[in-house]
Amino acid sequence: MTTETRTPLVEMKNIHVSFGGVHAVEDVTVDLHPGEVVALVGGNGAGKTTLIRTLSGAHPADSGEILINGEHATITNPRDAKHYGIETIYQTLALADNVDAPSNMFLGRELTNRWGSLDDAAMEDATRKVMGRLNPKFKNFKVPVMSLSGGQRQSVAIARAVHFNAKILIMDEPTAALGPAETAQVRDLIEQLRAEGIGIFLISHDIHDVFDLADRISVMLQGRLVGTVNKADVTKDEVLGMIIIGKKPGETTADEVQSFH
Amino acid sequence: MQDGIDTESDLEQLTESGPGEAAMAVAGGLRGVAEWGRRSFRAAEIDVRLVGMLVALVTIWITFDILSGGTFLSPRNLWNLSVQTTIVAIMASGMVLIIVTRNIDLSVGSMLGAIGMFMALLQAEWLPEILGFDHALTWVITGVAGVILGALIGGFQGVIVAYGRIPSFIVTLGGLLVWRGVAWRLASGRTIAPMDTTFQLLGGGSRGTLGGTVSWIVGGVAAAAFVASMVLRRRQRAKWGFGLRPTWIEASLAVLGTAVILGTVAVINSYPMPVNLARAYADERGIAWPEGGLQIPLGIANPVIIAIVVTLIMSYVATRRRFGRYVFSIGGNPEAAELGGINSRWTIVKTFALMGVLVGVAAAVQIARLNAATSGLGTLAELYVIAAAVIGGTSLSGGVGTIPGAVLGALVMQSLQSGMVLLGVDAPIQDIVVGVVLVLAVGLDTIYRRRASR
Repeated sequence: MTTETRTPLVEMKNIHVSFGGVHAVEDVTVDLHPGEVVALVGGNGAGKTTLIRTLSGAHPADSGEILINGEHATITNPRDAKHYGIETIYQTLALADNVDAPSNMFLGRELTNRWGSLDDAAMEDATRKVMGRLNPKFKNFKVPVMSLSGGQRQSVAIARAVHFNAKILIMDEPTAALGPAETAQVRDLIEQLRAEGIGIFLISHDIHDVFDLADRISVMLQGRLVGTVNKADVTKDEVLGMIIIGKKPGETTADEVQSFH
Repeated sequence: MQDGIDTESDLEQLTESGPGEAAMAVAGGLRGVAEWGRRSFRAAEIDVRLVGMLVALVTIWITFDILSGGTFLSPRNLWNLSVQTTIVAIMASGMVLIIVTRNIDLSVGSMLGAIGMFMALLQAEWLPEILGFDHALTWVITGVAGVILGALIGGFQGVIVAYGRIPSFIVTLGGLLVWRGVAWRLASGRTIAPMDTTFQLLGGGSRGTLGGTVSWIVGGVAAAAFVASMVLRRRQRAKWGFGLRPTWIEASLAVLGTAVILGTVAVINSYPMPVNLARAYADERGIAWPEGGLQIPLGIANPVIIAIVVTLIMSYVATRRRFGRYVFSIGGNPEAAELGGINSRWTIVKTFALMGVLVGVAAAVQIARLNAATSGLGTLAELYVIAAAVIGGTSLSGGVGTIPGAVLGALVMQSLQSGMVLLGVDAPIQDIVVGVVLVLAVGLDTIYRRRASR
């Protein structure tokens, strides 16, 4: 890619996070450019989600720096992150199960009328519009989201991230609960958002997803960054080598490649 | 849900064969009726649980009426019931929000005692020293001070729960002892009486009522507002092009609502003033006292109006304000609320402060009604308030509950209690019944939820 000379949209520098003496994320540095998809991959417990939660404000980093458009950003809670145009689709979806889709989409950012009352009609209308684009089959706007299917719930979470004109989108396993057709829709959406110039951090354990969608791939292992590679320069086996044994491309032996399969 | 019902009936048909055919036909018919009912309710967007509660309430009323030989449903008893329900209803509307956030407030009874005692001392001993007896401002100052004290106590407990991360069960269990002790210390166990004459009107004594004509006007305005809000809501939905309820359902709901409101006023207004009061009333106004006496309606009691206004505001806050939406989101998924950028801890502090405000209002009504404050004021009120909320459909696991449900729950609890008093049931037996009903209500609720989630 030729974007390397421009100021990155996001730079996360030397991020450390530890939980009670255990280093969940250790000295990790990653960046993201506008209109770029950077995949974060690694096994379970590699620290991908923990790293990304420092950017979404869910859990502040112990040390390290986050730059947005080259400027120091202070992100201590989810409100700060949203302020910087960072939207997140969490793996857990982070939906309030007892309220309906519009209420979830506007959770924390409700529309109100001039008396400060909730404008449920306007919120429902906006939700219908976004859903019309994301998942036209979605019809249950008035029921608590707990009664929706996994795919429908996922579309609510995605709709929420997309609706507020994010500049930076974090997607933690966005297709985990989806069937093939819905997964294809999410892929189309990612392409579309990328074309609009949005920077996307994509966490996925599906190596095929990653190779189809990502421009660059950052691999983590046991809380550390193994390396960041351009997708065009590597093979799937080389990335698997990074994920499983933490060796950079070219360092992996043929025997080791065999052991991945 | 639809699928579940179908498979169930299929299974029954497979296992049940031969002799039970007639029974099956009946069962099938019943099931058909139930299904039709369920569909109509869904079309009307009526809460099935609320209807179930109404049915339970009517059953209780009719049972007590038969057992008491027609006394329970007399205007006099219903008028008293309306006044007795207010204190629990006011507090239950706040308890709903507390329980929805997965917390509990066990201290409301003791808080009512402490705040009630404080307000009694303020108007009976402290303010008269400054303003003189029966000053026009005494009742306002007392009421406002009581409500502020409630907000402070509630907010204080809320801060300990939300920021100190001590479970609300423990914080308010401590509060239960602390505020009861404070209530006693404030007056060293004395009974404080009488209350300021204007303040007494808050309690709905014989003079603290609206009178017949004003009651009819209030009823008329309420009915008109009810119909207007339905029309407005329908227009709003039509404007956005959302689905509308069938017109006949809308119309019958409007008629039903109007009938309930006006019917209630009619019942309340058919309870006349006791003879001596009516006599005094007639003398004051120079009305000649006829041979058969005068039938002057007392009208709706002031505390009932206070409770209605409070619960309407609480209902609005719970469903139409950001704060209410946050309360429910926190109850549904605390992590999601936090990730959505909601300041959950501050929201929880606010629910406890609001609870305190409502305890202040309830305390004012209580001491005004008794025309006195004792250190035992509000003992066991927490039990009735929590029971009202839970019977009214508030889930102890959080996220679910409605204010109208809690008001109905309060009415159920109060009906049980005053029905038993009417029948002369011993106090210990009353406690046993209330305790059993509470456990039963939660049990039924658990079963209902398990079935609904299938």
